Amino acid sequence: MQGKVPGPVLLEVRGVSLSFGGVHALREVDFHVSEGEVCAIIGPNGAGKSSLLNVINGVYAPGAGTITYAGQTRRAMHPHAAAAQGIARTFQNIALFKGMSVLDNVMTGRALKMRRGVLWQALYWGPAEKEELEHRGRAEKIIDFLQIEHVRRTPVGRLAYGLQKRVELARALAAEPRLLLLDEPMAGMNIEEKQDMCRFILDANDELGVTVVLIEHDMAVVMDIADRVVVLDYGRKIADGTPAEVRANPEVIAAYLGVPTEADERAVAGAG
Amino acid sequence: MPAPDTFPRLLIEHAQTRGDRPAIREKDLGIWQTWSWKQVLDEVRSLACGLHTLGLRRGETLAIIGDNRPRLYWAMDAAQALGAIPVPLYQDAVAEEMAFVLSNAEVRIAVVEDQEQVDKLLEVKARCPLLEIIVYDDPRGLRHYDRGLLRSYDDVQGVGRDLERSQPGFFEREVEQGRSSDVAVMLYTSGTTGTPKGVMLSHQNLIETGRGGIQRERLTADEEVLAYLPMAWVGDHVFNYSQGHVAGFCVSCPESPDTVLTDMREIGPTYFFAPPRVLENLLTTVSIRMEDASRFKRWLYARCMSLARRWGPAILDGKPVPLVARVGYALADLFILGPLRNVLGFSRVRVAYTAGEAIGPDLFRFYRSLGVNLKQLYGSTETSVLVCIQPNGQVKLESVGTPATGVEVRISAQGEVQVKSPGVFRGYYKAEGATLESMTPDGFFRTGDAGFFDEDGHLRIIDRAKDVGRLHDGTLFAPKYLENKLKFFPFIKEAVAFGDHRPFATAFVCIDLAAVGNWAERRNLPYAGYTDLASQTAVHELVRGCVEEVNAALAADPRLKGSQLRRFLVLHKELDADDGELTRTRKVRRGFIAEKYAPLVEALYASGPSVHVETQVRFEDGRTGMVQADLPILEAMIVEDEAARRAA
Repeated sequence: MQGKVPGPVLLEVRGVSLSFGGVHALREVDFHVSEGEVCAIIGPNGAGKSSLLNVINGVYAPGAGTITYAGQTRRAMHPHAAAAQGIARTFQNIALFKGMSVLDNVMTGRALKMRRGVLWQALYWGPAEKEELEHRGRAEKIIDFLQIEHVRRTPVGRLAYGLQKRVELARALAAEPRLLLLDEPMAGMNIEEKQDMCRFILDANDELGVTVVLIEHDMAVVMDIADRVVVLDYGRKIADGTPAEVRANPEVIAAYLGVPTEADERAVAGAG
Repeated sequence: MPAPDTFPRLLIEHAQTRGDRPAIREKDLGIWQTWSWKQVLDEVRSLACGLHTLGLRRGETLAIIGDNRPRLYWAMDAAQALGAIPVPLYQDAVAEEMAFVLSNAEVRIAVVEDQEQVDKLLEVKARCPLLEIIVYDDPRGLRHYDRGLLRSYDDVQGVGRDLERSQPGFFEREVEQGRSSDVAVMLYTSGTTGTPKGVMLSHQNLIETGRGGIQRERLTADEEVLAYLPMAWVGDHVFNYSQGHVAGFCVSCPESPDTVLTDMREIGPTYFFAPPRVLENLLTTVSIRMEDASRFKRWLYARCMSLARRWGPAILDGKPVPLVARVGYALADLFILGPLRNVLGFSRVRVAYTAGEAIGPDLFRFYRSLGVNLKQLYGSTETSVLVCIQPNGQVKLESVGTPATGVEVRISAQGEVQVKSPGVFRGYYKAEGATLESMTPDGFFRTGDAGFFDEDGHLRIIDRAKDVGRLHDGTLFAPKYLENKLKFFPFIKEAVAFGDHRPFATAFVCIDLAAVGNWAERRNLPYAGYTDLASQTAVHELVRGCVEEVNAALAADPRLKGSQLRRFLVLHKELDADDGELTRTRKVRRGFIAEKYAPLVEALYASGPSVHVETQVRFEDGRTGMVQADLPILEAMIVEDEAARRAA
C-alpha cells in the first residue's frame, strides 16, 4: 500500500478550532486528505479525534477555520450537504436500527439516492418498483462485498458486535461515498475480526475507490493499513506523515507513552 | 442410439433432448440464477476450448479448488470433454496439504475460485514446479497481482470462443474420442492412514453406480439437490455431479458456506445427503431456539415430539399403527412437525442419506420421527460410494442396508467386508503396490471394515478389520463398536474398550464434565473438578446404568452378545491429545492407552476391588503435574438374552 501516488486533494481543513464552553476540543487544526488515500487519525482519549470527524461531516460548526471539500470552501459543513456530496460515516457506538434486518439497514444507506417520495414508495408500482429493485441490487452488491449474506434477514440487534460493525460499514458503503469517515471501526473486536475489517477497508479503498479517514487506537492496525497518519493531542495536530515517520516522532511517543516533554506540559496547562 | 457413457456425452444429450430445463443454480446477490442444460453446454464448450488453448491435453490433470460453484463444476465437465482428469481439492486445506496433491497429481493448470486459493497456490508454487497456470473466477483483490501465472476464467472462455470460431466442431470431436473406461475424476482420500492417495474413478464406475442408485430410489429429472459439501469429497461428486448428469436433475449451489440453512429452505431439496455432524448441528440449532421459546410453545413442542418419537418411525415405515395414534400424529404434524421440517428445509425431502460415521440413535430417531426418510448407506471413495443402502421401510439403526444394484458384497474368513461392483475404482494414482494390496486375486475390493450380514440380509459394519479381536472363547470383539455405543450417551465423553485375547470385555470410561457436572448440580452433589466428580459413587452408578444399557442392546445380538462389558472403571482424568491419548482429530489411541495404563487394564482382569494410579499430566502452558487416585473396579450386569432385557 505504501508508495501509492496521492491523488488531488479531496478534503482540506484549515485552521479549524472548536470549543465547548471553556474546553478546546480542536485548536487550529490543519490537515488534508488526498483522493484515494487511507488516512488514520490517532491520539489519546479526548484528543479531539471524533470532534474532527464531526466537523468534517457537519455535525459541529467550527468556531474558526474553513473546510474545503471537492473544491468548495465553506465555514462549516451541513450534515445533509455532506451526505449528499458523498461523505458517509460510521460511529464509535454503533448507530443502526436494531429491530430492522441487515438488508433494511443497508437499504437506509440508499435513502438519499432515492428519487421517489414516500407515497410513491408505499404504492410500489411502476417507476417506484423499478427504482426500488435497482437500489436493492446495489445493496446486495455491498452485502456480497462485505460477506454478510448469511445474516441478510437477521435483525441487527441479534448479531454479534463484530458483525454489527460490519453492517454499519455496509450501510455507509451503500451510499456510494467518495469520502468514508470511520470512527473506531475495530474497537472491541478480536484479532480475527480486526483482520477481516482491515481487509474490507482496504478492499473498499482499492476496489470501490473510496477515500477513507479512520480513527483507530490499535497501532498495529494503523501502521498496517494507513497511507498517512495524523496525530492529535489535546486538540492540536502534533504529527502528520507516513506511518514510519509518525512512529519515529518523539512527540508522538511522548503523547502515547506519557513521557512528559515541554510540549506536553504546555498542552496540559492549556487544557486546564 | 446407445446410452451416453461419458459425462460430456451425457451433458450433450441433456442439452439436445431437454436443453431448456434447469441444470444448475447459484444464488448470487440474493437472487437464484439458473443455467439451462443448453447454456451449461455453451459455457463448458468455451471453457474446454480455452483450456485446450492453454495447453491442457488428454490424460493430464486439472486441479479444481473452491466452494461449490457452477463455474467450478463446469471446469470438471470441460476437463472431461478434453479427456483430461479433474482433481478437486479440499478448499479449506492449508497450502502444505495442497502442495502434496498438486505435485503428486502433476498438476500444470488449476482452476480456482478466488484470491484465497490463488494465495495458497502462489505460496506453494516453489514446491510445485509443474504448476504453470492458475485460472481464477472471482477477480476481487487480485488487481495488483503479478500476471505471470494468472488468467481470468472469462479470458480463458474468450480465448476458447475464438478457437470455436476458427475450428467449428472441435469440442464435439474431442468428446468423440473419450471412452467410458477413461479415468473421469481423481479424488484424494483424506489420508488418516499415511499420505493421501489419488483414487481414480472411470466414467463407467461413476455412471453405472449412479444409475443403480437412481433406479433403486426411483429418482427422476425433477429432483432438487443442494451441493454444499466439498467438491473434493466423493459424496458430493456422486450425489450431485454424477447423478445430476445421469438423471438430469438440477443442482443448486448455496450463496456461501454460511447461508446453507437459508438456501436449503428456499430450494427445498428432494434428495439430500448429510454426514451425522451436519444433522447434529441442525438439531442443535433447533434445540437452542426452542429453549428461548415461550412456555406454551415449549410445552407444545415437547408434546408433539414425544408423540412423533412414539409413532413417527412406524408411520414412515408403513407399519400398522392404531387410528388414534395416526390422528395424534397428524395433529402434531400440523402444528409442529410440518413447520419444523419447513424451517429445516426438509419439507420436500423424499430420500435423505447419512453416512461417514456412526450416527447416534437419538439423532437418527429425531429425523425419522419428523417424517424425514433418513437412511444410512455404506461405501467408500474406492467403491464410488454406493455399496449398501437401506431399503425404504426397512430402516434400522444398526445396519447399513442391503447391497445396491449390481453390487456383490461378501465377508471374508477374517470377517472383512469385500466388494465387487461396477463402481470399484481403477486404482490408486501412481501407487501400483497399494492398488494390488487393496484387491483380492478374484477382483474384490478389500474395504478394511469388519462386518457381517444380520438375519434380514442387512450389512452391519462394526469396526475397522484390523482392530477387531477375539475373546478367549472366540467371541467377536469390536472395540470401536462398543466405544461408540457408550459415547452415544451424553454423560460419556470417551470410552476405551479392551478384550482381545482376554476372557471378557472391559472398558475405561471418561465422563463428560459439562453433562455430568450439570447432572450433579441438579442433584446438589458438590464436586471440585473432574477427578473429584469422576470418583463419586453416584456418578459410578450413573455410568453403570449406561454400561448396562449397552449390554442389554448387545444381548439382542447373537454375535455380539458374548462381548458384553463385564467390568469397567471411570478414569480419573480426561483423555487428552496433549498427553498423546487422543489424536488431533479426537480419535482414541487405543494401543497407546493400553500401554500407558497397563496396570489399570490388568486390574480390570484381576480380583481386587480397586487400583491405585498416579499419572503425569501436561497442562496447557507446558508444565507437568501428577494426578493420583484410587479407582474402584466396577462390575456391570450381564444381560442373558432379549427376554431378560424386556424383564429388566
